[in-house]
Amino acid sequence: MTNNSMIQRLFTNDPMGRAVLGLVLALGIIFPLCNVLAPEGSFFHISTFTMTLLGKMLCFAILALALDLVWGYCGILSLGHGAFFALGGYAMGMYLMRQIGDRGVYGNPELPDFMVFLNWDALPWYWMGFDNFGFALLMVVLAPGLLAFVFGWLAFRSRVTGVYFSIITQALTFALMQMFFMNKFGFGGNNGLTDFKDILGFDIQSDATRSVLVFLAAVVLCIAYFVCRFIVSSKLGNVLVSIRDSESRMRFLGYRVEHYKLLVFTFSAVIAGIAGAIYVPLVGAANPSEFSPINSIGIVIWVALGGRGTLYGAIIGALVISYAKSFFTTSFPDLWLYILGGLFVVTTMYLPTGIAGKIEEYRERKNARSQTEFEAALNASTSEVNS
Amino acid sequence: MKLVNSADQHPVQSLLYMSGVTKSFDGFKAINNLSLDIAPGELRAIIGPNGAGKSTMMDIITGKTKPDTGDVKFKDTIDLTQHDEADIANMGIGRKFQKPTVIESLTVWENLDLALAGNRGIWQTLFFTLSSKQKDKIATTLELIGLSDKQNDTAANLSHGQKQWLEIGMLFIQDPQMLLVDEPAGGMTDAETMETARLLKEISKDHSVIVVEHDMDFVRALDCRVTVLHEGSVLAEGSLEKVSADPKVIEVYLGR
Ligand SMILES: Nc1ncnc2c1ncn2[C@@H]1O[C@H](COP(=O)(O)OP(=O)(O)O)[C@@H](O)[C@H]1O
Ligand SMILES: [Mg+2]
Repeated sequence: MTNNSMIQRLFTNDPMGRAVLGLVLALGIIFPLCNVLAPEGSFFHISTFTMTLLGKMLCFAILALALDLVWGYCGILSLGHGAFFALGGYAMGMYLMRQIGDRGVYGNPELPDFMVFLNWDALPWYWMGFDNFGFALLMVVLAPGLLAFVFGWLAFRSRVTGVYFSIITQALTFALMQMFFMNKFGFGGNNGLTDFKDILGFDIQSDATRSVLVFLAAVVLCIAYFVCRFIVSSKLGNVLVSIRDSESRMRFLGYRVEHYKLLVFTFSAVIAGIAGAIYVPLVGAANPSEFSPINSIGIVIWVALGGRGTLYGAIIGALVISYAKSFFTTSFPDLWLYILGGLFVVTTMYLPTGIAGKIEEYRERKNARSQTEFEAALNASTSEVNS
Repeated sequence: MKLVNSADQHPVQSLLYMSGVTKSFDGFKAINNLSLDIAPGELRAIIGPNGAGKSTMMDIITGKTKPDTGDVKFKDTIDLTQHDEADIANMGIGRKFQKPTVIESLTVWENLDLALAGNRGIWQTLFFTLSSKQKDKIATTLELIGLSDKQNDTAANLSHGQKQWLEIGMLFIQDPQMLLVDEPAGGMTDAETMETARLLKEISKDHSVIVVEHDMDFVRALDCRVTVLHEGSVLAEGSLEKVSADPKVIEVYLGR
């Protein structure tokens, strides 16, 4: 295979992926345009609330994609991916806090309000550098990446697998949540990071800035999809699937299973962190509750409902469930958790391969039918020729 | 094929040398003072009743299980007890499991592609493309194991016997110096069993092969030196005629 065909393999045999991405990109362009260009009250106007909702959903879709790569393809069920998302978000939030400067309630040019409130007199060392956007971006990648690398290195080296791995990832995100909730940990405690003013000099509340962020979320989702697709359509993708299906067979074939797992886990954490970094400026806060274990379980439900091991299914699952959540939490807030629980039960019992599984089934049936129709037509025409 | 020891260029005496190996599980000695010596290029059959420790012996050679005591040496000098499964596989020891283990969700071709000798690094697999030489190698292997017409089938759809052959093919294409084959004829029809014996004899022309098997017709067809294992140690060794005439062996097999 040449370099050309390596690129080609991204686009072949993936009609559903292309359809989903096409939709994502279309929404990511149309919503911002209709928000900014169409005047309020016009038929074409899309409210800032709706556009922001789309932006959030796209961030969740990136997160779901990240989980599908490790869980769907490599069989690593992480119940702590929300932590990587939150860490990326906090790294971005720290930059946004430093951008406030002396416009805070206390007007301290150096210290964020919550530090003044705690009577701190200097910026802690781990806040250094975050006034620089480039440094913050680096941390968006490094913070979740390093945590995943160290955590994964310890776990995979000692061959912690299956449900044991899932449990310690839950413990990880729970422990981080406890720490981020503490004031003295230095990340704003209960309130998290909030009251942002601007990003790169642009007003963070303005429709134009949000439009750009929503468009960016759509573009990042597409890029993340193609990178994941490049991985899973390569021989590396087959190695990951084989580790999922028969880890020991792979060891006896000479593959360093722990290295592969570590790489894919770390990479996935980085994607999750990037999703969080777009999410935080969009919603205007980095909140410690993002670390809550239930959030990470939610991601698993998105991927399970969408259909794991297909990439595009994860995107569908995240979009559908997070839209449903937004609908129900505004209309029937008490019902949402029951609905989510119900969805999970229905998925595991009736839809084990998720929405994507149903779609593939339908496409296979259709293909088989058109195949027989084609053969029938062929037979008819040959018999005509013969007669 | 003449093997030489890379360290000092002496010809290798033993490809595999085990001496005084013992392994207990909760006080039960699954392997008890076991000694075994396999020459380069040798084909060896290992027989013995269920629970004799045959699979555990393979676990020890391939790094899955660490022995309590004893020496396990590969090519005279390499201490296998100091290495893990992936290391040992890359040194040139391939293994077929007792329960056939192929990657069910991949095709027959993809299974062989995975096992193909070559670099197992992450970047190499990400940008890997098959050379025409490697494609030929896969085609030859498919022919050897009789699965050419099944190359695009998902491995899950193969029959039990075909899975066994695919796994043997995966060992072969790894191009190891020694193949450990655990009960390859398990669950096969008589015809399939004989086909498997032929396949292993073919492979043993330029590889060392250790085969564990119960089926006496199969062992006879292999026509090689036989080691009888019982309660974790060697009970008898020699030609099949010799060991099957040995009163100790008869007692173990018939006395049950
Ligand atoms: N991991 C293990 N833990 C406990 N006992 C084991 C383990 N592996 C093997 N054994 C025991 O060791 C004995 C030898 O087993 P095995 O090597 O599988 O025999 P064989 O392959 O000759 O039938 C059996 O009694 C088995 O129960
Ligand atoms: Mg056995």
